[in-house]
Amino acid sequence: MTLIVALSCTAALFAAAIVSVIIGRAAVANTLIYGLCAAAALISLFAALKFLLGAAPAQSMVLPLGIPWLGSHFRIDALSAFFLAVVDLGAVTASVFAIGYGRHEDAPMRVRPFYPAFLAGMMLVVMADDAFTFLFSWEFMSLTSWALVMAHHRVRENVYAGYVYLVMASFGTLALLLAFGLLSGPDGLYTFAQIHAVHPAAGLAALVLILALIGAGSKAGLVPLHVWLPLAHPAAPSHVSALMSGVMTKVAVYGFVRIAFDLMGEPAWWWSMVVLALGGVTAAMGVLYALMQHDLKRLLAYHTVENIGIIFIGLGLALAFKAHGMTFAAALALTAGLLHVFNHSIFKSLLFFGSGAVLTATGERDMEHLGGLIHRMPQTTFVFLVGCVAISALPPLNGFVSEWLTFQAILLSPQLPSWGLKLLVPAVGALLALSAALAAACFVKAFGVTFLGRPRTPAAERASETDQWSLAAMYFLAALCLVAGVLPGLFIDALAPLADLLVGGRMPVQAGEQWLSIVPIAAGRSSYDGLLVFLFMVISGTLAAVAIHRLASDRLRRAPAWDCGYPDPSPATQYTASSFAQPIRRVFGTVLFHAREHVEMPPPGDMRPARLVVDLRDPIWDALYAPIAGAVGIVADRLNYLQFLTIRQFLSLVFAALVILLLVLAIWP
Amino acid sequence: MLLVLSLAPLLTGFVRKVKARFLRRQGPPLLQPYLDLARLMRKEVVLADNASWLFRVIPYLIFAATWVAASLVPTFRTGLLFSWAADLIVIIALLGNARFFQALAGLDVGTSFGGIGSSREVMIASLAEPAMIMIVFTLALISGSTQLSTIAEFMNSPAVGLRVSLGLALFALIMVAIAENGRIPVDNPATHLELTMVHEAMVLEYSGRHLALIELSASLKLILYVSLIGCLFVPWGLQPAGAGAEQIAIGIAAYIGKLAAGGFLLALFETSIAKMRVFRVPEFLGAALMLGLLATLLRFVSGSF
Repeated sequence: MTLIVALSCTAALFAAAIVSVIIGRAAVANTLIYGLCAAAALISLFAALKFLLGAAPAQSMVLPLGIPWLGSHFRIDALSAFFLAVVDLGAVTASVFAIGYGRHEDAPMRVRPFYPAFLAGMMLVVMADDAFTFLFSWEFMSLTSWALVMAHHRVRENVYAGYVYLVMASFGTLALLLAFGLLSGPDGLYTFAQIHAVHPAAGLAALVLILALIGAGSKAGLVPLHVWLPLAHPAAPSHVSALMSGVMTKVAVYGFVRIAFDLMGEPAWWWSMVVLALGGVTAAMGVLYALMQHDLKRLLAYHTVENIGIIFIGLGLALAFKAHGMTFAAALALTAGLLHVFNHSIFKSLLFFGSGAVLTATGERDMEHLGGLIHRMPQTTFVFLVGCVAISALPPLNGFVSEWLTFQAILLSPQLPSWGLKLLVPAVGALLALSAALAAACFVKAFGVTFLGRPRTPAAERASETDQWSLAAMYFLAALCLVAGVLPGLFIDALAPLADLLVGGRMPVQAGEQWLSIVPIAAGRSSYDGLLVFLFMVISGTLAAVAIHRLASDRLRRAPAWDCGYPDPSPATQYTASSFAQPIRRVFGTVLFHAREHVEMPPPGDMRPARLVVDLRDPIWDALYAPIAGAVGIVADRLNYLQFLTIRQFLSLVFAALVILLLVLAIWP
Repeated sequence: MLLVLSLAPLLTGFVRKVKARFLRRQGPPLLQPYLDLARLMRKEVVLADNASWLFRVIPYLIFAATWVAASLVPTFRTGLLFSWAADLIVIIALLGNARFFQALAGLDVGTSFGGIGSSREVMIASLAEPAMIMIVFTLALISGSTQLSTIAEFMNSPAVGLRVSLGLALFALIMVAIAENGRIPVDNPATHLELTMVHEAMVLEYSGRHLALIELSASLKLILYVSLIGCLFVPWGLQPAGAGAEQIAIGIAAYIGKLAAGGFLLALFETSIAKMRVFRVPEFLGAALMLGLLATLLRFVSGSF
């Protein structure tokens, strides 16, 4: 039943895409299309939640689509239902946001038809039950999102972003194609049920794991495959950016979880080493990259890279525990990772919506041109602040819960017998702690420079509050951040069927704990109660406010800023995003990014002002992508020669190729 | 909860007094911080013209977060009423919360001093916080719990013994505590109008009751760290849950003794060392982080360290 509902919703989304092409630029088009998308996603969301919470048995279905004699297999189990719920939740809020935001779109016909198709593609990926349907939906999702990235194709950097995205997406799909090819083996087993029944040999499994990491990791944004993400996510319209960052990366995580935990059977212990190391490096690098940015949306995109790293740390720990038969610990680590999937999808969508609201209000994405928006857009500021606190992993909001669970999982890992893991896990723990602290620093910068202080440009000065639809979507997500933060037990219990399915164990039921606290292992060991911490903070803050206002003074006077006696009226004297990051850039960036500062002094007689210029280099681009791009260029140049041969030379080339092929066939054993 | 709140300014006053005596000065009376707070509370608030609503809410947020964190640390006995609501990681995160909002307050008015304070504060925090988490890891791995009451009870039991990792963690914790409280050599709590200030630069625009709350939170943070070091590394005199009145009296006496000793050592340390350049601070804290990591690694490698 759930599956039928979800597939009908997908069909409705396809219909919406077609309707959108037909009605074109009609006045009602925006509200109609996004309203349809929201409704379809909402129905599908309820179906998925009902399935997940009711712990229903898996359902499957074969539709006569795709390759004629095989059909398309669809199946929904706890894992699919959870990711379907994440996709749908993102889709509902993004569609509601877009009812307001989409009105400001200057090229709506480049966005509206592709948007429902993109949603449908993501939903199909998580429901696919055979390799062909999975890969087809995956590629469909990539292509529709590429079209959305290219919506504003007259901007030069968007074209570049689209190009890099297309190359990386095709490369990732190729890796996944090979992974499924190896999994299905010489017999061409092609449904997931058949693949699941046969376990690959050790060497083959290693290759499949690497390919799956490349394929899913390039879509999710694992370092060093993340390069397209900070280019492409900001280029799309903001509601699409939110979906790409908050949801599509999670679909990629789904792909990895499906292959590594489900299809490949029992993991070997060293798999987790690879995943953990990649996760740790991704988390730390992602946040350091983010700190160096001053484009708001690009900063958020780099934070997605960081959060994907945190998710993969949880998944890596789960693999390690599973390989050593510690099912309980594996369930804890897996729950931590998956809870972070959910949490990140909420607050990242919220933050991208906020940046979209800022973009429509000011036309600026560059933080150096913003500032003081708290006076002009108080409501957007408030919800954005909630998102910032949540993503910085501060209690009592939701980001903290999943990081806390990850830390608890790390604390269980000294019991792991293998030495490699014993040395790696503490280092990953340190990287995780470092990235959490740096994320807080980064969001102080993002929020402080964008919304606080004094406006740096006339555009920021004239900003006005965004529309009701956008605000409704953002308030909803902000409320969800709080609910998931203070009542995490409900969400952990909802993830129990997934843990059962994937690692064969589950965490203790949290619903019955006193005061709705969460106790992942045992009461004497660790517990956290978001509700109480929240209540304590509210009570003590209110108490202090009431006591002081009643008993002491509540008088207030406005005066010019003090600034140690040297206030300067020019807003240029404020700290900017780059200057705010300067201490951290000096500490971490000097080695990592070759960060150098130099003063550009114009020659005497030149009236230009002197400028302080910061040079940053991207180490991964320099070390990995630049050589590849260079090599491709050189080879292409050399092959260019083949274009200008005479007909005789071409014929002899063909003949030589034929002879060589026949020889190979003859010699082949 | 009220105990730490009422003792916090006293500890600050005590440290100032001892410092002054070391410098052969008379020093302010011990109760001066209370008088300062009362005076600030009664005064009107002078708010910068473009300060936002957030600027006015933040002092209460900082106070709430710090107070909740401070009241979760065992002082004279373990098994506090709601100690299971939050473990050591949560306490650190609550302090992180306070710092997050304080740094935002520094940016709100849009002055250069506020910016300099915030940007340096987050730089210091970005190293101090992971160091603190590594210390927590070490303690948690030794005692098998992140629950502060349980750790303290374990530390008080003979099972703990002398361990290399504990020594490393203690050193790291002291370094983090100095940095987090903005004491010399990382920051100077007694300075104004100096390009090296961090904490004072962020709160420059605050006045009246807002400033009083922030000062009180700073005192609370100091007493929190001294209590934390006290209950983790010198747990003697810490009474178990359900102790009788007599034992509680002993516990309180031991706690006040620990606070006095901690304050005295801090003052001694501060007077004997010069302030560092800001960009030497990362090296100082990097050392703390490495010590913490080393301690955790030792615990991972073998249970006997």
